[in-house]
Amino acid sequence: MKETAVAKTAWPRTRAWRQSAPRTAKLNVSNLLVYAAGFVVIFIVLCALMPGQIAPYSPTEMVMTDIMLPPSLTHFFGTDYYGRDVFSVVVYGSRDSLLIGLASVIIGGLLGASIGALSGFLGGIFDTIIMGFIEVLMTIPGILFALAIAAAMGPSLFNVVLAVALSAVPGYARVFRGQIISVKGRPFITAARSVGAGNLRIFFRHVLPNAWSPLLVMATIGLGTSILIGSGLSFLGLGVIKEIPDWGTLLSQGRGYLTVAWWMSTFPGLAITMLVLSVNLMGDKLRDHIDPKKSRF
Amino acid sequence: MLKTISIRLFTSLLVILGSLVLVFVIVYLLPGDPVLSMVDPSTVTPEVLASLRAQLGVDRPLYEQFGSYVSKALQGDFGKSIVNDEPVLPKIITHLPATLALTAASCFIAAVVGIWLGVLSAIHRDRWIDITARVVGLFGISMPTFWSGILLILIFSITLDWFPAMGSEGWKTLVLPAVGLGIVGAGFVVRLVRNSMLEVINEPFIVTLRAKGVAEKLVMYRHALRNALIPALTMIGVLSGELLAGTVVIETVFSRQGIGRVISDALMAKDLPVVQGVVFFSAIMYVIINLIVDLSYRIIDPRVRRSQ
Amino acid sequence: MKALLEIEHLTVKFATPKGWLTAISDVSLTMKPGETVCLVGESGSGKTITSKSVMRLIDYENGVIAGGEMKLNGVDLVRAPQKSMRTLRGKKMAMVFQEPMSAFDPVFTIGSQIIEVIVGHKMSNREKASERAVDLLRRVGIPEPELRMKQYPGELSGGMLQRAMIAMALACGPELLIADEPTTALDMTIQAQILQLLQELKSEFNMSILLITHDMGIAAEMADRIIVMYAGQVVEQATAVQLFEQPHHPYTQGLLRSVTTLDSDRGSKLFSIDGSIPNLFELPTGCRFHPRCPHATEKCVKESPPLLNVNDRLAACWYAEDIAEAELWLNPRTEGPVLSEKLIVRETSEAEPQIADHLFEIEGLKKYYPLGKSILSRHSSSIRAVDDVSFQIRKGETFGLVGESGSGKSTLGRVIMQLEKATAGKVSFAGQQLTDMKPSLLHEKRKEMQMIFQDPFGSMNPRWRVGDIIGEPLSIHTSLSAAEKKSRIEELLHVVGLNPSWHERFPHEFSGGQRQRIGIARAIALNPSFVLADEAVSALDVSVQAQIVNLMQELQQNLGLTYLFIAHGLHVVRHISNRIGVMYLGKLVEIADSEELFTHPSHHYTRALIASIPWPDPSRKRELTAISGEIPSPASPPSGCRFHTRCPAATVLCKNEQPELVEVEREHWVACHYPA
Repeated sequence: MKETAVAKTAWPRTRAWRQSAPRTAKLNVSNLLVYAAGFVVIFIVLCALMPGQIAPYSPTEMVMTDIMLPPSLTHFFGTDYYGRDVFSVVVYGSRDSLLIGLASVIIGGLLGASIGALSGFLGGIFDTIIMGFIEVLMTIPGILFALAIAAAMGPSLFNVVLAVALSAVPGYARVFRGQIISVKGRPFITAARSVGAGNLRIFFRHVLPNAWSPLLVMATIGLGTSILIGSGLSFLGLGVIKEIPDWGTLLSQGRGYLTVAWWMSTFPGLAITMLVLSVNLMGDKLRDHIDPKKSRF
Repeated sequence: MLKTISIRLFTSLLVILGSLVLVFVIVYLLPGDPVLSMVDPSTVTPEVLASLRAQLGVDRPLYEQFGSYVSKALQGDFGKSIVNDEPVLPKIITHLPATLALTAASCFIAAVVGIWLGVLSAIHRDRWIDITARVVGLFGISMPTFWSGILLILIFSITLDWFPAMGSEGWKTLVLPAVGLGIVGAGFVVRLVRNSMLEVINEPFIVTLRAKGVAEKLVMYRHALRNALIPALTMIGVLSGELLAGTVVIETVFSRQGIGRVISDALMAKDLPVVQGVVFFSAIMYVIINLIVDLSYRIIDPRVRRSQ
Repeated sequence: MKALLEIEHLTVKFATPKGWLTAISDVSLTMKPGETVCLVGESGSGKTITSKSVMRLIDYENGVIAGGEMKLNGVDLVRAPQKSMRTLRGKKMAMVFQEPMSAFDPVFTIGSQIIEVIVGHKMSNREKASERAVDLLRRVGIPEPELRMKQYPGELSGGMLQRAMIAMALACGPELLIADEPTTALDMTIQAQILQLLQELKSEFNMSILLITHDMGIAAEMADRIIVMYAGQVVEQATAVQLFEQPHHPYTQGLLRSVTTLDSDRGSKLFSIDGSIPNLFELPTGCRFHPRCPHATEKCVKESPPLLNVNDRLAACWYAEDIAEAELWLNPRTEGPVLSEKLIVRETSEAEPQIADHLFEIEGLKKYYPLGKSILSRHSSSIRAVDDVSFQIRKGETFGLVGESGSGKSTLGRVIMQLEKATAGKVSFAGQQLTDMKPSLLHEKRKEMQMIFQDPFGSMNPRWRVGDIIGEPLSIHTSLSAAEKKSRIEELLHVVGLNPSWHERFPHEFSGGQRQRIGIARAIALNPSFVLADEAVSALDVSVQAQIVNLMQELQQNLGLTYLFIAHGLHVVRHISNRIGVMYLGKLVEIADSEELFTHPSHHYTRALIASIPWPDPSRKRELTAISGEIPSPASPPSGCRFHTRCPAATVLCKNEQPELVEVEREHWVACHYPA
């Protein structure tokens, strides 16, 4: 006869013990990072929406007596060669950087997703041709593609957006096509066909709702890439030429004064990095949330 | 196998031809008269404009322009620079070694740092080492190279004076740009290897290996890593393409005389034949690298090899 | 005799995002040397966790031993560090897994993976290890072992890989072999081969086997002792003969009855255990089986029964003695869930189906998939999934279709449903040709023929509510108003035995059996005359399987449905079908009345299939008769009779000439030159 009685022995601290216990604590760290990222993004969006409320000085105000002052409490990011407050210029410059990133992700994403969706869903010869074309586009890396288009079309905000958007199209098309094809092969599509659902119904009610979430993740991370490419174009002098420079241009202007005023190029670059980093962190979180099994970053 | 190679070669040729069309189209079909964008029409006479047009061949019908461009390109003639009449191909070839050295060095840094951090990150999932590696990886892909390059110059050239800030002579000039570009690559590789490793670690065969009594180190470094690296290998092609493109920016930052610099100068000067030539050249390199990666992948991975 | 493995009061917990999950609690078992012990249970019973705990593999899956003792030959397995566990694993105790295809590292050769164990445990040097590996592969019945050593796992079939896995497990001569559902992923005939092999090897290598299975038949064939687990606990432990003779726990009784009533004739209701297996996060109080137990009392709800010694065996039930003595357990229960009266009954007058009426006539049906068509090679080969098949399905009957994987039975089903285009041949439905019908007409016809799928979860759009899933055919084919549709959906839910208010829920909120009920509700929503059930119960647990089969039979009677029931589980097919067709490599080789087929199988393949069913009766233990070999690739089927490569009665004639399907007796068709 055996009775329920759990032996009360002192348990050794095995490896398993150590592995499982602090897990929750560690998760908090990455959650903290995501919250921090959220704050950064919100702050930068606010800068873009109402720079006047945030920037302490006018971005165009040149104070000839305050040329190239190092960072201080009155000028957080120092002043530049013209005596402008670098922090204020960076705050005002956020608008173009964000705009280029967002607009090109939306345009490129929609265009790429449409191509990919059609190609993947229709399949056959159409798919082969489209994908062949995409393959050709892929041979020219994003930034080179954007550079060539921007150079050919001349500097304007719209052209920069278009250049960045077009350079991202092949990537979106490929990913979304793959996603559509994988959803198309799942059993519930056969089930829908067997009850007599037509192609349009299957595409819009069954395939699309189950396929778009990875695209959302890709668009978030793509936003970071677009901001990088957009500011890269500006850095190389192919961006928008305006009175209030965007971050890439700002950085490029400051590069000449590296030995005497490091803050002029360092802070615009930091702004780009913080924005892109935050966007990427949020994209990774989104991916974890959508696809917890394949927890990536 | 031979069949696969020949099919692959054939499609690669098609892709190269396609990118030739693409390059041509980008430059000539987009709005704006290439000649007008090269010179200021108010300062030159119509005769000069006409002769420029004739020199570029833009006065002829489009298909003729394309036909002659392709036939010349196939003979290695990519035209001449508008700025200084220099033939494009020799110009590319002289500037190529500096860029290749940079790409190779940054690829090496990306692979070593990326794989190392990626594996550590996956094995110690959700621990401090993982979080650190993930943040480092994220920084890598989030920093614009023109900024990280400038920071490197600021720290290692201006402040510490260890490496030169510009130039393309000697190995010392290679270090900073290679690190700057390598950081980006490493960011990609860390993420890739970590994901790949995590997927493999959840495969049932890992349980079998443990049930066989294989040491955990061997399970990870001999079995899991090998399985994880094979799919990661396919990304080398994309990565080297991105790094090659990244040289455009980084060579400008470090004033290196490579083809990245050539193209950014050509873009500024609207020197279209040079732009065309370089873009097309990089497309060919990209196709060749991918072809090699793809074929070697088929040899290395027994799963792909079987299905042929 | 001294015990080899002793487990006492073992409790294992897992760290999950939702908190600690107690997967098994208070599990005790002992194994003597040379003994075969079967751990039987349905999904979530904790049988796999128990085996992984013995190997301490749970450490890598966030599992922790929260209490209890485990000893192998006196060596403490609970406190041993991983380093010393490693010297035991693979050497003193080895494991064989369920999915041989994914249990090998795909990028190393079979040989190197076997050598790795031998060398890793310092049993011998590399050369000797290689020789031993070849010997082992030969012993487990792998042809050309030297060649296989150099092959990668992807190049071998599932059956061959499982043999190789067994060879690898035996490499260091373990004292304990743990086999976790070693045949579940394999075909019937291969399963019989592997079980036979395990039995031979057990005495040859002088080891004990802990066999984990959900199949009472396998347990009866293999086990000396059987341990039944339910929801993470041991509920009964007895010798195989004892257990099958007089099960003491109501759960064991239920399991055995749902298996044994399968032998009974069609029409009688299958015994089923009500309800579903509990979720480990929401375990019932007291006895974990009480919500499903017909004998449950207040005491069962409040207090958990300990595993007590009753009549020379162990059972965890407060009333074990009374229940066992009642000896009523085999009497089939007559009452079942009564179907609602207000069901829209279709053709109720046709209680006796007119046998002569054919609903489906299939003639010379072929489905080829092109293979390796390329620009460079002119000749294109193809996989002949279905190759010249003709048969009829009568109105109101259930036609069963059986065969191993690769026989083409599922493809045949999909081609009949016009979900895939036939390469050649005709399918006519109620006198109308479907194969060349205009799409608009075919769309109309779809109302009449619906389908139930193998994977109920996969066959539902995960983002839709259950009500919308069931209502989809209604939205497509009818113009019901929202209110009408809702009431129809609620009615359908009621009919399939679910709560009508659940239409707001999502598929992931249901258990496997409930999902299959939802799938059935969708299939009957339009009052079809024909339903194709493609492996509809194969993925379900035994106790739930019976519920679904009963539901399908009730619906057939009330709605006058015709079924095409595709399955590889012969037992279920026999119970549910009027007539059965047997497929092998794209060909129908035998068609007969269900009872006739089982009592007088004519084709040697059918005979082999029936012989390979493990019998759930240890007293009738017999030599497992397995046919040799494996099903060849449908890309290059053997000449003549496709079965001749594996047939015991094959002659030159069989190799050269393909036998036609002929009527050997009334209503009994066989395609064999030498029918038995």
